[in-house]
Amino acid sequence: MSTMNVRWRKWSVTFRYIPLIFFGIIFVFPILFMLVSSLKPDMQLLRDTSSLRAFLPIGDISINNYRDAFDRVPMARFVFNSVLVTTITLGLALLINSMAAFSLALLKWRGQGFVLSIVIATFIIPFETVAVPLLLVVNKLPNIDSTGVSTGWLNTYHVQIIPFIADAFNIFLFYQYFKDLPAEIIEAAEIDGASWFQIYRRVVLPLSGPVFATAAILKFLAMWNQYLWPLMVVQSEEYRPVMVGLQYFFQLDVAWGEIMAYLSTITIPVLIFYLMLQRAFIESIASTGVKG
Amino acid sequence: MTALNGSASSSAHHDIARPAGGLKQHYRETIIGWLMASPAIVLIVMFLIVPFVMAFVWSFTNQRLISPNPTEYVGTKNFTDLLTLRTITLHPIKDETTGDLVRDSDGNLTYPKLRDYTRNEEDYPQYFKLKEWKSWTIGDNQIYILAKDPVFMQALQNTITFVVVIAPGQGGLALILALLVNQKLRGINLFRTIFFMPVVVSMVIVALLWRFIYDGQNGLLNSLLHSASFGAFKPVDWLGRKDTAMPALMMMSVWQAVGFHMVIWLSGLQNIPTILYEAASVEGANTWQKFRFVTWPGLRSTAVFILVVITMQAFGLFTQVDVMTRGGPLDSTQSIMYQAVQRGYEKQNIAGGSAISVVFFILVLSVSLTQRFLTREKSR
Repeated sequence: MSTMNVRWRKWSVTFRYIPLIFFGIIFVFPILFMLVSSLKPDMQLLRDTSSLRAFLPIGDISINNYRDAFDRVPMARFVFNSVLVTTITLGLALLINSMAAFSLALLKWRGQGFVLSIVIATFIIPFETVAVPLLLVVNKLPNIDSTGVSTGWLNTYHVQIIPFIADAFNIFLFYQYFKDLPAEIIEAAEIDGASWFQIYRRVVLPLSGPVFATAAILKFLAMWNQYLWPLMVVQSEEYRPVMVGLQYFFQLDVAWGEIMAYLSTITIPVLIFYLMLQRAFIESIASTGVKG
Repeated sequence: MTALNGSASSSAHHDIARPAGGLKQHYRETIIGWLMASPAIVLIVMFLIVPFVMAFVWSFTNQRLISPNPTEYVGTKNFTDLLTLRTITLHPIKDETTGDLVRDSDGNLTYPKLRDYTRNEEDYPQYFKLKEWKSWTIGDNQIYILAKDPVFMQALQNTITFVVVIAPGQGGLALILALLVNQKLRGINLFRTIFFMPVVVSMVIVALLWRFIYDGQNGLLNSLLHSASFGAFKPVDWLGRKDTAMPALMMMSVWQAVGFHMVIWLSGLQNIPTILYEAASVEGANTWQKFRFVTWPGLRSTAVFILVVITMQAFGLFTQVDVMTRGGPLDSTQSIMYQAVQRGYEKQNIAGGSAISVVFFILVLSVSLTQRFLTREKSR
């Protein structure tokens, strides 16, 4: 009787893994396929798709695709550009959006309600709707560089950075978090005679690790994956980010191995970053939904 | 002094009647408040609100990117060009004298030519320059829906179909996945990590990768189906066929994004107090009853949030189309956003692209207001 029970329980546990493994395969195999294919010559890559060999690093394995892909595009340059644009935007975004949210959530000032409702209203404007008018706006802005003052921001780093610093969703995340901080702590700091900037820096910032992580992760993904905008505003190779580099692979000869190598190169850093911080990633996304 | 200052500012915080000196404090707070918020406000105004207002203004003009002629106000022309729809019913031709229906040599009914209506401004101004969008034969009559801009109409229809399928489909699958990874099993965290993984991969990359998976000749999907069916399955050019392109796009979009919503469901699930499940167990509830009467009511606000988020994301369908199909084949994957960028940027028709953006904005705004209204808290 009891052995049967034990056996049955063992079976039922195994049974519960079946759907998990089924979905696991669906989610992991395309990515696995990309990584494995990047190591194979084109001929073998195409032949292997007909069997499970497509997911195994066997046969003629080499890093030739990576070498060829790096020959085809100035990879180091593109990665550098993407890292630069992403980090600067991220840093400025965290500072400016958290400050605005602090002011909206904890201070009292005239026009506050109006500003907050505008911020929330801008949620539903997807970037694509303003992309073209924005192109015309940045094209009219004055540009100052070593050669003097000119007009138009095209082909620069800042055209990829400045429009993306302020972020309504980011502000909203910070706002919700700051609103829920215990009022007593802030009042105590006020009584101690701390200025608002001091309260922001010394009281609120140290308490806000989780929301900064959330905002940083969302912004990082959005910036690293920028595609349409750099395509529109950066024609010069010097300032191009990684995603735009993909265009180089769809000219006359489509070399799938090289494409897979390039895709892997720009995905692997993000995947490593994700796997290292997966708990933070998942908790961050979860926290965006709690309030609704 | 410090004490006075402190009491003034803390009362300002609670909005109680202010003591003397509170007014000055109030002004200071206003100035600092604006100061701290202003960088973000300025940037949002410059790079979001100004372009948005410009798009709104341009949608009533004939603005082009580069044009020798000055920009002119054209009223609502851009909108009527996009949205004009007419139906027309063509009756089979009758013989004037006998009243019998005229048949051609194959015995089929004959109809007047559509061109006679759409190219005749004098007699049929309402049909002038319209193009066929859809047609049916009902009984002996042919019914046509004519549109001034059938491509945009198709984009509108596709986008709405996409939203109507994706919102419940992706939301539902995300809930199933969340329930799966909410079990207490060894190694469950590994599955959470895997299910969420595609979310961190760029849509551009995912779309390129799936282009290869969907390829008509060497595609992974065809090869796998071929071997799994022992050769019975004939390869399909998934992205090259009118009837499979959109479903293929949907599948891939769900694959990429579903982990995101799974995680939001999961946090909703974990916020349901365990004591409710224990109580249900005591009452003798089975698994389904627990889901129906404990889990689902506890997920209400999460469900609303997920529905709204997926709907808004789905309306913005763009990257997949741009990378995988460019709207084809035969406009079967056109989307509103893709059309907006196509016209505004690639065809340099700023006014036309802007009008699409405005239509899009009004559509999304009204859908999200309707959703808010329908899902509002009923008990007060």
